Amino acid sequence: MDRVPVLQIGRILLVSIQFDLEDESVLNLQEDLADRIVSSGAHGVVIDITAVEIVDSFIGRMLATIASISRMLGAETVVVGMRPAVAITLVELGLSLGGVRTALDLEKGMRILQGSRAGREGRSGDAAADAAADRILSPGRDTDLR
Amino acid sequence: MPDGDVNGARLVELLTARREQLVTEWVEKAVPTVRGRLGELELRQELGELYEALLGGVRDARNPSDLHDDAFGEARALLAEISRSRARHGFTPWETAVGLFALKDVVLTAVDPGGRNAEYLAFLDFSRLLDAVGLFTFETYTRAREQVINDQAEQLLELATPVVKLWEGVVAVPLVGTLDSARTQVVMEKLLQALVDTGSEHAIIDITGVPAVDTQVAQHLLKTVVAARLMGAECIVSGIRPQIAQTIVALGIEFGDIVTKASLADALRHALRSTGVQVDAPAPSLEA
Amino acid sequence: MTAGEEEQQLPIASNDDVVRARRLVRSLAQECGLSLVDQTKLVTAVSELARNTLVHGGGGSMRVCCPQERGRRGVRAVFEDSGPGMADPEQALTDGWTTGDGLGLGLGGARRLADHFELETAPGSGTRVTVTKWVR
Repeated sequence: MDRVPVLQIGRILLVSIQFDLEDESVLNLQEDLADRIVSSGAHGVVIDITAVEIVDSFIGRMLATIASISRMLGAETVVVGMRPAVAITLVELGLSLGGVRTALDLEKGMRILQGSRAGREGRSGDAAADAAADRILSPGRDTDLR
Repeated sequence: MPDGDVNGARLVELLTARREQLVTEWVEKAVPTVRGRLGELELRQELGELYEALLGGVRDARNPSDLHDDAFGEARALLAEISRSRARHGFTPWETAVGLFALKDVVLTAVDPGGRNAEYLAFLDFSRLLDAVGLFTFETYTRAREQVINDQAEQLLELATPVVKLWEGVVAVPLVGTLDSARTQVVMEKLLQALVDTGSEHAIIDITGVPAVDTQVAQHLLKTVVAARLMGAECIVSGIRPQIAQTIVALGIEFGDIVTKASLADALRHALRSTGVQVDAPAPSLEA
Repeated sequence: MTAGEEEQQLPIASNDDVVRARRLVRSLAQECGLSLVDQTKLVTAVSELARNTLVHGGGGSMRVCCPQERGRRGVRAVFEDSGPGMADPEQALTDGWTTGDGLGLGLGGARRLADHFELETAPGSGTRVTVTKWVR
């Protein structure tokens, strides 16, 4: 069975899903990621779904679960590259990706993780002024469909 | 009394005396043409009424083959009604006409039970062919017209929903006119695709030109915003006029934590600020 | 005759088959000219239903075809299993209602994603779900 490779860039883990996932591969990925977060001490996970043509309730749930597990292990998850058709379908399906942060592409996703890292280590006064606006508008904020 | 009238009177006599049987046979022949889209009872009712109206016309009209004669007024009204209802049920003009032509076969069998008049039978086959020829040109004509209408509707959709890039990282779609489900779907897809193509994290949906917002349109807007968020972008809805704000509140639609602004300028300023661009002078806004 | 007018059948007996079902429906939807968004909606619905057939129906089959009705074309998928069936189909269509450990979005979600949805089931006599998406 195909296993999705987990790459490491600095303290960020990168998962790029390149093929139509079978349910079992999805469960394997969940396990692999949890192991790697612990063994690598990563503080962030980027899941790139640019190549993914559909996200059904099973894969959607996997994304939310990975985000929760990672958070518990001290890493933040960003899902990047969701296609418009996939996003529209998810909304119609009624699927909530509660707690999953999203970004348009890999670069923006990495920036969010680096930014939140910096934020945790102390924001500058200037940035704090914009914090309120950021909470409303910042792309990649928590996405909740409910 | 001209010669033809004698034969005509004979036909009227036959049609009157055997109406029950003829209508029944007509319905039987017409049933397959409706392919279950219409109940047999309904069809019987329809064809029964039409039969009486045609019979009345054939009896009273100066020229019994002229459908435009005053005596056929009721028949014409019924036919118009049948055509309309068939069109609504998704029948093609061809299917509708073939169901009506079935009466010819039924009446011929009644006039010439044994099929003794071979020449006439042959002519009837030829007449069927001519019916088909007429219908074919008619249907081609309708289809061409429909194509034109569809093309125009599509062009209108395209024209009415331009997605424009306002700034690095900010796209906007100014909506003008009534929003229906199909149009909102097109807007939604175009806007989301523009986010990907331009790498924009901010989208402004400006509804200044939308006269009214109902529950469905509001739902569509909400879905667009949620889909954009799933992709990692934020939408701002701008141009909400006072009466629309009132409607939205009155309808009890939850706009949740979606950022809304009174004008496109305000929305742009908001988007620019959050992308880190310095905006010094306050942009002129509608409410100022 | 255009490709896809004849019916194709696929067994749903393993996780592999769910992936195969998605691929088959995707290629048919492309052939029939469904828009990208409609393709995605249909394939997602098929994915949910194929998994239901496998998990709740204990396996079964999927039949797909490209029906033509009233001058429009579409893609239709029929899922059949001879599993335990359901006593209350309305309840099964409610979001969040689930017998397994899923989200309970499968049936209700598939209904929202398709243009036409039909559920035939009874306790002990299996389940048949039909979804159709028309070209707009």
